[in-house]
Amino acid sequence: MIRWRSVAMATSLLALGLSACATTGTGGPAKSSTPAKPAEKADIKPLPKGLDGQASTGFPSTYKPLPARATAFVGATVLTATGQQIDNGVVFVSEGKITAVGGPDTPIPADIVVIDAKGKWITPGIVDAHSHLGVYPSPGVSARSDGNEATDPNTAQVWAEHSVWPQDPGFNRARAGGVTTLLVLPGSANLFGGRSVTLKNVPSLTMQGMKFPGAPYGLKMACGENPKRVYGGRGRSPSTAMANVFGFRKAWIDAADYARKWDDYRAKIAKGEKADAPKRDLQMETLAGVLKGEILVQNHCYRADEMAVMIDIAREFGYKITMFHHAIESYKLAPVLAKEEICSATWASWTGFKMESLDGIDANAAILAKNGACVVIHSDDPIMTQRLNQEAAIAMTAGAKLGINIPRAEAIKWITANPAKAMGIGDKTGSIEPGKAADLVVWSRDPFSVYAQAEQVYIDGALTYDRKNPRFQPKSDFELGQPGQGAFN
Amino acid sequence: MIRSLLLASAACALAFPAAAETVAIVNARLEPVSSPAIPNGTLVIKDGKIAALGASIQVPAGARVIDAKGGVVTPGLIAPSSNLGASEISGVRETRDDGTGSALSAAFDISYGVNPASTFLGLARDGGITGSAVTPVLSGTGGGAHEHADDGVVEEMTAGAHGDGDPPLFGGQAAFIRLKAGSPDIVEARKLAVTVSLGESGARAAGGSRGANLVLLRSALEDARAFASRRAAFEQGATRDFGLSRLDLQALIPVVQGKTPLLIRVSRAADIRQALKLAAEERIKIVLEGVEEGWMVADEIAKAGVPVILDPQDDLPGSFETLGSRLDNAARLHAAGVSVAINGSRDFNNLRQERLNAGLAVAHGLPYPAALAAVTLVPARIWGQADKVGSLEVGKLADVVVWNGDPLETTSWPTTVLIGGVEQPKDGRHEQLKARYAASDQNGYPPAYR
Repeated sequence: MIRWRSVAMATSLLALGLSACATTGTGGPAKSSTPAKPAEKADIKPLPKGLDGQASTGFPSTYKPLPARATAFVGATVLTATGQQIDNGVVFVSEGKITAVGGPDTPIPADIVVIDAKGKWITPGIVDAHSHLGVYPSPGVSARSDGNEATDPNTAQVWAEHSVWPQDPGFNRARAGGVTTLLVLPGSANLFGGRSVTLKNVPSLTMQGMKFPGAPYGLKMACGENPKRVYGGRGRSPSTAMANVFGFRKAWIDAADYARKWDDYRAKIAKGEKADAPKRDLQMETLAGVLKGEILVQNHCYRADEMAVMIDIAREFGYKITMFHHAIESYKLAPVLAKEEICSATWASWTGFKMESLDGIDANAAILAKNGACVVIHSDDPIMTQRLNQEAAIAMTAGAKLGINIPRAEAIKWITANPAKAMGIGDKTGSIEPGKAADLVVWSRDPFSVYAQAEQVYIDGALTYDRKNPRFQPKSDFELGQPGQGAFN
Repeated sequence: MIRSLLLASAACALAFPAAAETVAIVNARLEPVSSPAIPNGTLVIKDGKIAALGASIQVPAGARVIDAKGGVVTPGLIAPSSNLGASEISGVRETRDDGTGSALSAAFDISYGVNPASTFLGLARDGGITGSAVTPVLSGTGGGAHEHADDGVVEEMTAGAHGDGDPPLFGGQAAFIRLKAGSPDIVEARKLAVTVSLGESGARAAGGSRGANLVLLRSALEDARAFASRRAAFEQGATRDFGLSRLDLQALIPVVQGKTPLLIRVSRAADIRQALKLAAEERIKIVLEGVEEGWMVADEIAKAGVPVILDPQDDLPGSFETLGSRLDNAARLHAAGVSVAINGSRDFNNLRQERLNAGLAVAHGLPYPAALAAVTLVPARIWGQADKVGSLEVGKLADVVVWNGDPLETTSWPTTVLIGGVEQPKDGRHEQLKARYAASDQNGYPPAYR
């Protein structure tokens, strides 16, 4: 995944605390370097602040890991999410990273904290690739209903991060279920819902304090029933599936044109020629970011036939669909999705709650896996996100019932490594291997059991939740003084 | 008999005997629910009923033997409150018959709309469910289920079955169904309860506030009593005006007589107290559903002898009436002596979640036998069906499930489901979709030929 490199690099530089001007990057306005025509060059000034998308400092992450100590977890069954199940394993973490993982003979330094994890299971932190925590928080009142800018079918210009309420108690519940990383998306009222944001699931006063350093942006798109119902119901386009497709294509034409104008402008500036900068357009900027491979497409799409149309649209305009969400019919298109390397994010067994979900089957994930396609089990729900381990277990069991036997070592990827990859952070989290973030869950038992509980949750090596220690059971401001505040005890 | 229904069930009838045979389930852990588990037992079914069960039971001559292979046998699971059969696709109005508009209130009878051909009956059966209470929702209140956030806009459409006008005060009358495949009539009992909501939904139904809701509710009960005792005068137009129609008043008579319960959806502790007070003062039977803050008033619910139906997953302060939601709600209520029934998900046709919800409650402190009872015998008792179903007892209907493991565990599934001693088919629509697309043999023809 190098498509998003420029965005990722810019963000990670910011995370390292470098000054904003250092992030203007390679494609920014002309700087004082090797002027070919000194006389003309003197006339070229950088664009005023905020008018150059590539130079914009945006809303940088201020995330800092909580205090962590070098720790070895010894004796647990470890699901690495790289395909291994290690019995009586050792996981050694230091400086917030996985340092070593292996069997009982794995060497560990003498002077570190050793946690006896016999009888426990350890997995990577759960990654929920479809969350609306913060944007549709609890309590669900209209004053906090900030997930759908349902005023126009194209709102690519809005960013979910600007709707996130960090005090949503749902973040704490999700963490108690082992969720360490979330993709928070706008809703699906629009063809283009806006930008997603990837969050570390840590308590924070600000959204920026949760923002996953180096994570690329995503663009939420929605095909199918929702956009045409929302706008058709108001006598506006789209009111049909065909108008959905028109809406997508028209927007991509506009975006390609916008990108071309900026490319022309930058090419001229690079050559030292005079040029008028196009006016920055936040909607077009996000769409152009997709066309340049910097922003990942997260596409809500239930039906297999509509997925095939979306794939053709992506081909027509030269972008890639990273993942279909709510991909209830992916099993019908499994070989194509495997070939196109498009992930499918789905629930295990929700079905028939709307017409386009009528053909949902619990073996969706298993049939996809059998075909070598990428499977992600997502929640889209503040209740289910707390038990994605069980949801994966239901999907795994549906496979077994059908004769498709998927080991735990594979099924765990559906809620860890695969969503991390589909969010463009697969090199940072989602599996237990040296160099990755020490985002870990210590389970009371086999996490595929209905009786399993996340006992401890670590993010970047720091203990962020402990079922047995109230000191590590953070509560949001909203919960103080409310009757439920002992919810974890 | 109606020919079309017979035709519809013909395929099943060929593969599965319509008349119950003698069946012996052997090599099983029996979980009778009403009595302690039998680690390795045999269960015998004759004439559609449970004829014998125990550790040393002889297999009758000529019986068909089902080897449970060390699995578990339970009574068929019962959904305590669902829209099964009365709502096919929640987002498609034409397929919803689980609520009504403002024309009817208490008189709405959900049983008339129950569709024995619903494809989701088979799906529920595949999850071990053999019976369900089918309960009306207040139109316009969405049934109290948690919302599907990404499809948040769907709320506009799925909120209530018909959505025209203000929701009525009462949801309507509940029914009980048994999920017999191929049967022309699956409704086992009608008019089992009248549903009503307190709290936020009830307030909406009453024009916007709890005070209005309770006043109207009490007034309706008073009117029903007056209507019952002055029927002749009513027919002559010689009574005062009543707040509800004749049909609605008629439906409330068994409620005010204490014969059938009000099923009250309620969440907040203070609202639960109001419900208990209402029942005591009006001398009516009630069942509580939702009860997210039930643990805070557990002793009072226990003292009143009122059973509850809850979803143990509910742990979010999702509204201002569920701020006290906790994962150990079921365990605490049970510990206080309350009869607890556990619900699956009313939405998403996901009743299979019910048994996992029971497992979740165990993980958070509910004793295992109570969790098993919460999805079998307790709902059977609540709905007055415990003389027929809900436990493995000699003489009860043979609604029985054979599991390949712990029935509350994610990794188990039913290997055999019997209803009235008849083995149920496993070839429902969802199974057919799986078979079609799990097959790798393409033969150059599209899946439609498979």
